[in-house]
Amino acid sequence: MNQAPKPLERQGHRPWQRAEQALRRIGLSGRALVIMAPAIWLTVFFLIPLAVVFGISLSSKQFGRPPYSSLLTFGEAGTVQLTLHLSNFVKLFSDSLYVSAYLNSIKIAAVATVIALALGYPMAYFIARASDRWRNVLLMLVILPFWTSFLLRVYALTGFMRGNGVINNFLGLFGIDPLIMMQTDFAVYVGIVYTYLPFMILPLYTNLVKLDEALLEASADLGARPYRTFLAITLPLSVPGIVAGSMLVFIPAIGEFVIPSLLGGPGTLMIGRVLWDEFFSNTNWPRAAAVAIAMLVVVVVPIMLMQRAQSATVER
Amino acid sequence: MRKGWFLPTAAILGFTFLYAPIISLVVFSFNENRLVTVWSGFSLKWYGELFADPQILGAAGLSLQIAFASASIALVLGTLMAIALVRFRRFRGRTMLAGMISAPLVMPDVITGLSLLLLFVAMESLFGWPAGRGTMTIIIAHTTFCMAYVFVVVQSRLVDMDISLEEAAMDLGATPLRVFIDITLPIIAPALISGWLLGFTLSLDDLVISSFVSGPGSSTLPMVIFSKIKLGVSPDVNALATIIIGLVALGVGVATALQLRGQRKPYSRVGRAQK
Repeated sequence: MNQAPKPLERQGHRPWQRAEQALRRIGLSGRALVIMAPAIWLTVFFLIPLAVVFGISLSSKQFGRPPYSSLLTFGEAGTVQLTLHLSNFVKLFSDSLYVSAYLNSIKIAAVATVIALALGYPMAYFIARASDRWRNVLLMLVILPFWTSFLLRVYALTGFMRGNGVINNFLGLFGIDPLIMMQTDFAVYVGIVYTYLPFMILPLYTNLVKLDEALLEASADLGARPYRTFLAITLPLSVPGIVAGSMLVFIPAIGEFVIPSLLGGPGTLMIGRVLWDEFFSNTNWPRAAAVAIAMLVVVVVPIMLMQRAQSATVER
Repeated sequence: MRKGWFLPTAAILGFTFLYAPIISLVVFSFNENRLVTVWSGFSLKWYGELFADPQILGAAGLSLQIAFASASIALVLGTLMAIALVRFRRFRGRTMLAGMISAPLVMPDVITGLSLLLLFVAMESLFGWPAGRGTMTIIIAHTTFCMAYVFVVVQSRLVDMDISLEEAAMDLGATPLRVFIDITLPIIAPALISGWLLGFTLSLDDLVISSFVSGPGSSTLPMVIFSKIKLGVSPDVNALATIIIGLVALGVGVATALQLRGQRKPYSRVGRAQK
């Protein structure tokens, strides 16, 4: 202990400090940079685009590039004229195509969410109650499809449900006539549950694994039957997990395009598919933008619910 | 608690449902028959056809480039965002920022794609940038949703991390940047790796957003696969899917191992200290 401690000022010449001093000299603290970089990116590429969609939903289709009328026209003598068309939104309510696509999307997404919950809840509960070693293996089995290509998993389902697909070949062994599954609403339900099931299981698992077993034992000691314990204790305590999982399935399912277009029939109207067709087939950009705004109205409440859950975990 | 039959049965059914289609896809990629689901013998010919298809190879190369670039930019931005929201308790616009970062996670793809395309078109007519659409616009779009996922992964690691390590370094006179590089970065490294990998696979996988913001000549792999599936049965897609699933399984295995190791360390240390 006879070594003299290094003088603190020496550290000022380290590269980190020099970099920080240089930044501070041009009026930027490290802290401001950390906040500004992602904030600017999200404002330009997330927030402003949504405003642009709203603006263009109020214009009208025209031929040329870009294929929509501009909202502002500059006249002589410096006058600026603002032209807003509400026709796209009027059309959304008056044309039965849009109304039924809208309602149908909500119905399909809601039913698929309930099915995914019914299937995912027992799976999540089983994983949460499994022994340590099994739990990690099972969790990985849930996560693996989540990382696998979404498009390829939908494609795998087509091979399964096709007229001469795996299920019908299997049924054929028992002399059962082939079922028509592809290009039906049924296939769309299967597709949504199949692709979004991991999104349901993971939040449920995170919630259920934290469940205090002492509560369950206490309930059993007091003579409650398992289903009673489940209804009185497990289910109410897992509500946050149920909400998070359901939102993670419901919100993307509403706007789903790939599943109805590959698995559904021509009659499977969903709002995401309508938006896609308006944009790519009819090149009606303002109409597509209006459909997007209408879709946002449906998903905005679930998104806010999600965000509250999200910020609750950040605050923790 | 008494172990019933219901939960195991439900779990077995559920996992069968999740895996049977993928397994049959893999099995039939080695099928000789053009009819994807009629087995007529083992063959690697679809793999051969796949590697002789310049369209698929080109699209795969483009997709890998885009995924690499978007995951890397998203890693930086998402990590900065996580630090800002977890470590800086109060600043103006914090609530707004917290809302903006999690919204792309659940925003339907068609809305994200359409809104970014309309932005790019509007920007082009106002400032002349970006001139046309292609690789760069896809990278920007992918970065935007990937950074949300990176944020979630890194944020949960930062929340779990023992903050006293950072405070100790700060007390010893280290500057915030130095603390970050010497202390925080090594601790959150596993989360950074899994965040990057997650961004990479999500970018590789995206069809809808890419379709909106891509231009002529910049078709990504999912776009090529989608048009092939739309046209009908194509056994080479099975072969391609098998390769991708194999790579993903490998990647997930490595990532999970890394994360488990990262999680186990502090616990095992505590265990040793107690003995």
